[in-house]
Amino acid sequence: MQERTSLPEPLQSVVSQVMQVGSRVQPFSIESHEKAPRIRDAQVVHSVCPYCAVGCGLNVYVKDGKVIDIEGNPDSPINQGTLCPKGSATFQYTVNPSRLTQVLYRAPYSDHWEVKSLEWAMEQIAQRVKKTRDETFVERLPNGREVNHMLGIATLGGATLDVEENYLMKKLFGGGLGIVSIENQARI
Amino acid sequence: MGSNMAEAHPVAFANVVKAKERGAKIIHVDPHYSRTSALANLYVSTRAGSDIVFLGAIIRHLLETNSYFHDYVVHYTNAATLIREDFRDTEDLDGLFSGYDPESGTYTDQSSWDYERDTNGKPLTDPTLQHPRCVFQIMRRHFARYTPEMVEDVCGVPREQWLRVAQTLIENSGRERTSAICYAVGWTQQSKGVQIIRAAAMIQLLLGNIGRPGGGIMALRGHASIQGSTDVPTLYDLLAGYMPQPSALSAQQTLAEYIDTAGQKTGWWANFPAYIRSLLQAWYGEAANEEDGNTCYRWLPKTIGDHSHLATSYTMLDGKVRGYLLFGQNPAAGSTNARMQRKALEQLDWMVVRDLYEVESAAFWYKQPGFGPDTEPVDSSKIKTEIFLMPAAASTEKEGSFTNTQRLLQWRDKAVDPSGDARSDLWFVYHLGKRLRELYAGSAEPKDRPLQALMWDYDREEPEPGSRILDEPDTLLVLKEINGYYVRQPAQTNTGAEAQRFSMLRAAPHVPGFAVLKSDGSTACGSWIYSGVYPEPGNNRAASRISSDGYTFQKWGFSWPANRRILYNRASADPQGRPWSERKKYVWWDEEQQKWTGVDVPDFPLSKPPDYAPPPGAVGMDAHSGSDPFMMKPDGKGWLFVPKGLNDGPLPAHYEAAESPVRNALYHQQSNPAAKYYRDRPDNRLAAVGDPNYPVVITTYRLTEHHVSGPMTRWMPWLNALQPTLFAELSPELASEQNIKHGEWLIVSTPRGEIEARAMVTRRMRPLFVSGRVVHQIGLPFHWGFQGKSTGSITNDLAHMVLEPNVSIEEAKAFTCNVRSGRLP
Repeated sequence: MQERTSLPEPLQSVVSQVMQVGSRVQPFSIESHEKAPRIRDAQVVHSVCPYCAVGCGLNVYVKDGKVIDIEGNPDSPINQGTLCPKGSATFQYTVNPSRLTQVLYRAPYSDHWEVKSLEWAMEQIAQRVKKTRDETFVERLPNGREVNHMLGIATLGGATLDVEENYLMKKLFGGGLGIVSIENQARI
Repeated sequence: MGSNMAEAHPVAFANVVKAKERGAKIIHVDPHYSRTSALANLYVSTRAGSDIVFLGAIIRHLLETNSYFHDYVVHYTNAATLIREDFRDTEDLDGLFSGYDPESGTYTDQSSWDYERDTNGKPLTDPTLQHPRCVFQIMRRHFARYTPEMVEDVCGVPREQWLRVAQTLIENSGRERTSAICYAVGWTQQSKGVQIIRAAAMIQLLLGNIGRPGGGIMALRGHASIQGSTDVPTLYDLLAGYMPQPSALSAQQTLAEYIDTAGQKTGWWANFPAYIRSLLQAWYGEAANEEDGNTCYRWLPKTIGDHSHLATSYTMLDGKVRGYLLFGQNPAAGSTNARMQRKALEQLDWMVVRDLYEVESAAFWYKQPGFGPDTEPVDSSKIKTEIFLMPAAASTEKEGSFTNTQRLLQWRDKAVDPSGDARSDLWFVYHLGKRLRELYAGSAEPKDRPLQALMWDYDREEPEPGSRILDEPDTLLVLKEINGYYVRQPAQTNTGAEAQRFSMLRAAPHVPGFAVLKSDGSTACGSWIYSGVYPEPGNNRAASRISSDGYTFQKWGFSWPANRRILYNRASADPQGRPWSERKKYVWWDEEQQKWTGVDVPDFPLSKPPDYAPPPGAVGMDAHSGSDPFMMKPDGKGWLFVPKGLNDGPLPAHYEAAESPVRNALYHQQSNPAAKYYRDRPDNRLAAVGDPNYPVVITTYRLTEHHVSGPMTRWMPWLNALQPTLFAELSPELASEQNIKHGEWLIVSTPRGEIEARAMVTRRMRPLFVSGRVVHQIGLPFHWGFQGKSTGSITNDLAHMVLEPNVSIEEAKAFTCNVRSGRLP
C-alpha cells in the first residue's frame, strides 16, 4: 500500500516545522501521524469468495502469519470491492474458534469422539478403502459385460472444492479405484 | 424466474440494478416476493411448479403473432428441420410423446424423435417453415393449448400481467436489442427442471437472444466452484469436459465403441477421440499406449444405472454402500428427505467427513433433531458407523482455482497455513492415493493395474516457502495436467531426429490449447475444455488479474473454452457475417483479412467464410456451413426441438409437480411420466393430488446471510446475529385460517416429517386463484440443523425424493404440506 501523506522527519528541527505552519503543511499531532489502518503494513493475498458462484474477488490481509482482515478486491470487475454479508464475513468463517484442528475418531457403537493423529487416520482410511474395494470390486456382470467398478464406496463433495481437487478425486477414485458414485453438490 | 438473485447472488444483482438505472427493464416471476421483486420493474406472483405453462404461452404468442426473429430462427435454429413421420406429440397421446414404455416408466424408444434424413444422413429441411412436419409447425401445434387463459388458470397469473412480460421481451429483442433470462435452482429443483430451462432457451432462440451481448440464458449457480465441479466433474455420469462416463448399458465395451456411441461425426465433437485419448494419457501415462488406448479405456469404471447422490443414498440405506467419503458436504441436513439420509448414514461400515466444523453428517450418531411424535432418542450403541472426522483447510489456506457461474476460472493465492492437522482436500486425496498405491504395489491382480499405472506424482520440487506443511502437493502441476502437455515433442519443433518423449509431467511442454490435442497418444490433457488456462510456464491465466478494457475483461481470469466470454458468439452476426446491428456488434467476419474478429474470442473456425457450403458427405467441422453457429451440435443449429439426448421428450410439456393441489389442466398425464418416483419406499410417501391433509404449496429458498445447510455460516456470530432463526413465510389469509400469529411458532408437516419454525406472516406470500379455487403457498429457507451456534429444524426433512429424469435432481421447490400453530414436543 502506498503512503498518501509524508510523515514528519523526526530529526527535522522544530524551527523548520514552525516556519512551515500556515504555508503548505497542515499541523498534525504525532498521534495523528502514527494512526493508520491496521491493514497498512499487511501483506495482501488475492483470493475469491468461497460462498456463491458469482466469484467476488477478495483481498486477504496477512500480518505476522495470521489473517487479520478480508475485504472485497476493488480491482475485480465482478464486485469492484463490494461484498454481500456472507462475503464480508469470510474472515469469521476462516478464523473461528469452533474450527476443527485435530482428527476426531468415532469407533463403531462408541458414544464418544477420540482425538487421533493425522498419520494414524490416513493409514486407517487407506486400509478401509482397500478392504472395501477388494470385497466389492466387480470385473464383469453376470451377463459377461465388463464393468471394472466398485459400488461399495461412494463419495460426495461440496462445491467449494477447487478445480484441481475435483480433478484428483475423479482421477484417483474413478480412474484408479473404480468407484462409480463420485458425486458433488453440483447435482443438487 | 426461478431465482431470487438480489438475495442469493447479491453482488451480481448490483449489475442488474445498474442496468436498470440505464433503462433496462427487470421482470421477476416468482412464487415469493423478495428483494429481487422489490427492485424489478414488474413482479409477477405465480404458483410454484407452473413455469412451463407461463413460458409455453410466451412461445405460442411469439409463433402466433409472428414476433420471433425470423432470420435468426430460419438460419440458426432447427425450426426448418423435418421430424420423422412416426413421431407423435403430446397432442396426439394426451401428454405423452411416442416411445414411452409404461412398464419401466421411461422413453425406451426415442428413435421417432429424430430428424427425417436423406440417404447421406443429412437432415431434410423446409426453409419456408410450412411443411407440417418441420419443427416450426410441430411447435405451433404443440403449444396451441398454452393459452393466456391457461396461464390464468394454472399459474394464477392475470393474463394482462403475463402479456406485459411477453411484450416486454419482444420489444427488447431483435436486431437492436437483446434480453437475458436468469434462473437458479427454482427451476432445476423440479421434477421437470430440464424442460423448464429448455422452454426458456427456446424463447431465447426464437427471439435471437443467444450468442449475442446482453442476451443468453444464465444459470445462477449456487457455489464458489459448482461450475468447476461440473466441468472437471466429480459426477458419476461424466468424464472431464462433458464426455460421458462409459456405461455397461450401452455398447461401450471398447474405446472404439465408446467413441462411436458418445462422439459425433459432424460438428466440433468430431474431435472427441482426441479428447478421450488425451484424458487416458493424462491418467495412465505409458499404459495408455497399449492397444491404442483401449486397455486403459476398459479400466474406466462402467455405470449400470443411476448412481447419482440421491439414488445412491437408497442403496446406502439398503446396506449396499459400505464406505462413504464426504468432502465439505452435509447430506444429513442439506439433502432432500434428510431424515432418510441420516438413516442411510447409520448403515455404513465407515465414513470420512472432511470439513471445517463438526457438521450434522458427522454428529448424527449422537444427536438428532426433534421431528414430532415419532422422534426416538439416538442410541449410539446401536449405530455401527465408524467415523473419521478430518479437519479441512479453508479457501484462504490453500491455492487453487474456482470456476464461477460465468465459466470463469479465478485463481486463489494461499494466505496462511491451515491450523493443526487441518489440510487441503488436495493433500488428502494425493496422500490417500500414495498410500493406496503402496498397499497395492505388489499385487498382480488385473483389477489393481489401473491404480498401479495411474500417473500420481505431484510432489513439490521444494517445499512451499514459509509453510510448515512440507508435503503439500504442487497445485500448479495439477493445473498443468488439466491444461494438457505434450507427451511427444510436437512435429513442427521436431527437427528430424526421433521425437523426444516426456515421461514426466513436470518436464513436458504445455499445450497451448485444445486445438492441438491428438488421438495418437502424443498429447495428454485432463480436461480439454480447460486447455489453454496454463499455456506456458509462468502464465497461469486463471491468476491473470488485469482489469482493463471495461467491457469483456479478457484479461481477468480465464473463461473456458479458449477464454471466450460469450458462447456461440458467431450468432451475434447475421448469416453473411455482418453484425445484426451496430449497437449489438460483437463478433463479425472481416472481409479484408478473411477472418472472424470482434471484441471476444470468436466461437467459430477463424477462417471459415460465412458463405462456406459443406460438400456432401463432409465430416467434422467441414460439415457445418459458414452460418451454422452452434458448433457443438451435429447440425450446427440451435435446438428448438431436441431430436436426441433427453429422457423426457423432445419438447417441454407441462406436468404438475409430483405433489400438487390440482389436476393437470393440460393433459391427463398428471406429472412427469419419466421422473423417478421411488414410490415403493416407505420413507418417501407422497401426498395424493389434491390431498386435503396437505393442501398448501411449499417452496424453499436461500437467505443472503446463510449458505445451504449452514456449515459455512451457522458457526459465525456475525451472520447468526443477522439471521438468528428458521422462519416460514405465509400470507395473512392463511395465517388467519389457521390461527397462526406473526412471530409465534408453527408446525409444517408433510408425509415425510414435521418441523417447527417461527411464523413470518407477510404479504410477500400471496394466495393464488388456481383451477377455480384459492391455493395457499408458504416458503421457508433450509439453512438450519442441530449443529452450530444457531440451530433449528431441518427443512429438508419435509422434502421428498422424486428425481428429475435427465439429471436426477430432487423436487425441493414445489411440493405440498400443511401448517398449524404450535411447537413440536
